[in-house]
Amino acid sequence: MKNLLSIQDLDSASIVEILNTARELARITDGPMKKLPTLRGRTVVNLFFEDSTRTRLSFEAAAKRLSADVISFSAKGSSVSKGESLKDTAQTLEAMGADLIVIRHSASGAAKRLAESGWIQSAVVNAGDGMHEHPTQALLDAYTIRAHFPDHENDFSGLHVGIVGDILHSRVARSNVILLNKLGATVTLIAPPTLLPIGVSQWPVQVSHSLDEVIGTLDAVMMLRIQSERMNDSFFPSEREYSRDFGLGAQRLAALKKEAIIMHPGPMNRGLEISAASADSPQSVILEQVANGILVRMAVLYLLLGGTRIPTEGVLV
Amino acid sequence: MTQVLIKNARMLDDHIVDIAITDGRIYEIGSDLTGAYEVVDVAKKLVLPGFVDLHTHLRAPGKENSETVLSGSQAAARGGYTALSAMANTSPVADTAGVVEQVARLGREAGICDVFPIGAVTVGLKGEVMAEMSAMAQSAAKVRIFSDDGNCVSDPLMMRRALEYVKSFDGIIAQHAQEPALTRDSQMNEGVVSSKLGLKGWPSIAEESIIARDILIAHYVGSRLHICHLTTAGGVELVRWAKSQGIKVTAEVTPHHLLLTDTLAESYDAVYKVNPPLRTQSDVLALRTGLADGTIDIVATDHAPHPIEDKECEWNAAAFGMLGLETALSVVVESMISTKLMDWARLSSVMSTTPAQIAGYTEHGRLAVGGAANLTIIDPDSRWSVDRSKSSSRSVNTPFHGMELPATVVHTFFNGVHVVNNGQITGNRYEGNSKVRSE
Repeated sequence: MKNLLSIQDLDSASIVEILNTARELARITDGPMKKLPTLRGRTVVNLFFEDSTRTRLSFEAAAKRLSADVISFSAKGSSVSKGESLKDTAQTLEAMGADLIVIRHSASGAAKRLAESGWIQSAVVNAGDGMHEHPTQALLDAYTIRAHFPDHENDFSGLHVGIVGDILHSRVARSNVILLNKLGATVTLIAPPTLLPIGVSQWPVQVSHSLDEVIGTLDAVMMLRIQSERMNDSFFPSEREYSRDFGLGAQRLAALKKEAIIMHPGPMNRGLEISAASADSPQSVILEQVANGILVRMAVLYLLLGGTRIPTEGVLV
Repeated sequence: MTQVLIKNARMLDDHIVDIAITDGRIYEIGSDLTGAYEVVDVAKKLVLPGFVDLHTHLRAPGKENSETVLSGSQAAARGGYTALSAMANTSPVADTAGVVEQVARLGREAGICDVFPIGAVTVGLKGEVMAEMSAMAQSAAKVRIFSDDGNCVSDPLMMRRALEYVKSFDGIIAQHAQEPALTRDSQMNEGVVSSKLGLKGWPSIAEESIIARDILIAHYVGSRLHICHLTTAGGVELVRWAKSQGIKVTAEVTPHHLLLTDTLAESYDAVYKVNPPLRTQSDVLALRTGLADGTIDIVATDHAPHPIEDKECEWNAAAFGMLGLETALSVVVESMISTKLMDWARLSSVMSTTPAQIAGYTEHGRLAVGGAANLTIIDPDSRWSVDRSKSSSRSVNTPFHGMELPATVVHTFFNGVHVVNNGQITGNRYEGNSKVRSE
């Protein structure tokens, strides 16, 4: 694996390998050695063309725990408005010694363009490209689900995952649909028709417009963030109506199976797609997702930068 | 003395003839003709009237880094074209007599093919104030086609008025059918592929709703309507219906929409980013059927050069458009003749005769004694590999780079001047002749 651009590029075995590597890294760093020397001397560049404090910090923490040097570059807006092209920015950063570039961009396909246009030699990790994919988010979500359903170690068949909200614009939903399908889970997308993409009938999912009809059958429910720019664009009449029909409030919390988990990629709009009671309930695993995000990103950096064996406790490699 | 004698040319009816050209005109078509200043033996290759493009972006004035009138004319000639129509979305916009006359003058100076400027419908292509179309029609450029191409004349009242207004000088409105409200920030055809790629979709209904509306308006006011670059199966159906009702509508299709589909966007390579977008396979098949059965009248290239930096970037930031002049013939042969959907006579009609008739380019689109010697010699049996580095265009944004395609243009004659020889620009240019200039 040279790059991580899309979950589509991974087979289930490589997905499981990443998850197992993350678990092994968790086991090691849970001991006295919080930081591994594995990537010492390697440089990871965080190239963020779009605001995303939590993803950037998560990648930064992951790289630092592996002792890599981290350079962060934030440039809001498109390359065009900034006046410098994506190509020039990436080549400049590579000239500064980047071994791996983590890219977040508002344009779908930006990570693939960067990796496959022959502009640079560095490895590329997609940290979210437009409305396309967010592969490390799907991996950390799978890691989190697996931790709660140990009977489904490498095989999610029999698990029912609901993804609720703005599927149309969501890279998190796209990556999750692909990954969960590869691991065998049943996926239901729950959204008003305006927030579902054309052609969703050809996705390997079920579709529902009623959270109430589905909620009691789910093992995991992923609530997606409603972006503020959707609220005034006639995808739904009002926040209140959206929240009433698709929010995870008290009644729907009560309807969830007791062993079901509540997930959210963050940042949350409390009171809109998720109520405070749901976000803070014992069934919520939202903070675990954040912690697992660092582990999964460590695993990805480790595997991409040529890690061949996982260091064992007390052994420097 | 005969200026040029073309020996052994194959006509569409398979007769082998000699064609004698004098003073830029076809003087005689016969056999065993002799005596000429220049003899060109074309070894039984096919002779067709020079192609006529009603939809070309030459980028001059204003964006000469991507194309000039000269480089675009050379690309056209190498594609077998003897006439092209320069779209109005230049900088400044061709919305005044001054700008269209400048473009026409640059075309005459190039002398490689006829360059007929298209005038804007509205000032600055903004859709707000009607441009002085009558002045452009009466100018030396004698504009007959008007279009806001790139932008749709989306206001129905403006469209109605424009369709009515151009009747007084037999103008025609060429509509770029794209409802703007349905295509805000759209990047590619809306469908399974756009949903997968996360690129904002461009629904077929954005094109079809305007086509349907404009057909009704044209019928209501009794005007001629030309629909640019049809791309959807639904649009073909609408035009078919309009023609069955006797409504005066004509339609064009581009070569790229006859061959390429939206799955090419999966590479995120912006060379496949074009307006209107590449559609699905079923749309492509409907366009081919429509072109074969006469629903679609003509092929037009929508040749749209862009500099490298406008394509070598992320998809959303890239410019819309692709080159077309040098590959048009081969792509039409590949999609329409190799598939046995139409014959060479139909190709000659859709690439030359009919576009010349629609636009009123009277010196083009026919191969007859007394007519201007605007013709091209085709080798239907040869194949070639498209190499963007060998293009005459100043730009390299061809989606066909590396593809092997059938049919080559061997010679092009413009007003009798041998402008392309063995596929290469000769450097000869037409110096002007008042008897020959198209009026």
